[in-house]
Amino acid sequence: MQHTSTQDTLVGLFVAAGIVGLLFLALQVSNLSTFIEEETYTVTARFENSGGLKVKSPVSVAGVKIGQVKAISFDPTTYESLVEMHINAKYNTLPDDTSASIFTAGLLGEQYVNLVPGGSEEYLKEGSTIEITQSAIILEKVIGQFLFKSAEEKAETKK
Amino acid sequence: MTQFLQFLGRTTRTGFTKLGRGTFFLLHTLGGIGSILPRPRLILNQMYAVGVLSFLIITISGLFVGMVLGLQGFYILSDFGAEETLGLMVAASLVRELGPVVTALLFAGRAGSALTAEIGLMKATEQLSGMEMMAVDPIKRIISPRFLAGLLSMPLLAALFSMIGILGGHMVGVGLLGVDEGSYWSQMQAGIDFQDDIVNGVIKSIVFGFVATWIALFEGYDTIPTSEGVSRATTRTVVNSAFSILGLDFILTALMFGD
Repeated sequence: MQHTSTQDTLVGLFVAAGIVGLLFLALQVSNLSTFIEEETYTVTARFENSGGLKVKSPVSVAGVKIGQVKAISFDPTTYESLVEMHINAKYNTLPDDTSASIFTAGLLGEQYVNLVPGGSEEYLKEGSTIEITQSAIILEKVIGQFLFKSAEEKAETKK
Repeated sequence: MTQFLQFLGRTTRTGFTKLGRGTFFLLHTLGGIGSILPRPRLILNQMYAVGVLSFLIITISGLFVGMVLGLQGFYILSDFGAEETLGLMVAASLVRELGPVVTALLFAGRAGSALTAEIGLMKATEQLSGMEMMAVDPIKRIISPRFLAGLLSMPLLAALFSMIGILGGHMVGVGLLGVDEGSYWSQMQAGIDFQDDIVNGVIKSIVFGFVATWIALFEGYDTIPTSEGVSRATTRTVVNSAFSILGLDFILTALMFGD
């Protein structure tokens, strides 16, 4: 096989294309772009039940993602779920009476923490705890209640 | 009965002997890499043969695999009203499985068989012995650069395959079937983890490249130096590579994705 400069060019193009492919996968396809650590501060919230919330689940305010769940642990003294969230330092004006609830994106979608800002003058900062929380909606429970109720209503109308 | 036992014993023994020879061959090849690195020209030529010439088949297959995934995924997901997750489905299946595996299978068929045939013919025409006569180590001069080129090309080809596949899925899903452009990408970014999915996919492709190139080179080097021997060795390359790739894929998947 002889050495030609065309061959070199083609190999160069091939390697470049391969690297473009890898970069594309890293930046466009994966969550790496959100991975690049920006300054964050940590806020904890206690939930009676954190449902299907997972590490890396988004934390959002008004539908905009402002952070993510860093750790979920169980508090053996209060029997509550302790959710640690990292919130982008850009958003440092959340009032300290902000409430947190766990919602589901779509009927079968991922669960996320939704924050609703309160009216306090004081802001949440590193290490703050969110006091007002609402547990995850457990679909089975809701369906169970609904069935129970409709059965009850039926029984009443029959009487 | 005795004959059968003899046959069984002989086959097992030749199998293990071959594995042993293959391992020595691999160690010898790896040892030769050091003396090849100062001569990148040799590697470059092989990158051309192994990588650039496989480029077309990889990109075209990637495009079609991605398009089919987009189409099939759309039909199934739309039953559940979840067309928005099409991007995630296409990307996850490509990055985790189809990218590395299909690329490796195509690579074994396109580049591996060529390597076996080339080296087998070199052996049959006594070029390898000729080199030894000139005190040139054929493994260092011939095998090591090819091995390195295969090892380098596979991850690049697999990344290209996945990228083109995702764009193909986008073409069909967003372009033809009307999935929302924004949710195609955002669901994908939300669901694909860099560490868990992308890096593991790349590791897979490196492992497959290693195994496929090793098998191809060894079968070529170990061939019976006749035209029939070369043809058999080429067949064995493709068959053994496919087996090893699919078997390893299962093991790697179990290790990587089974929390």
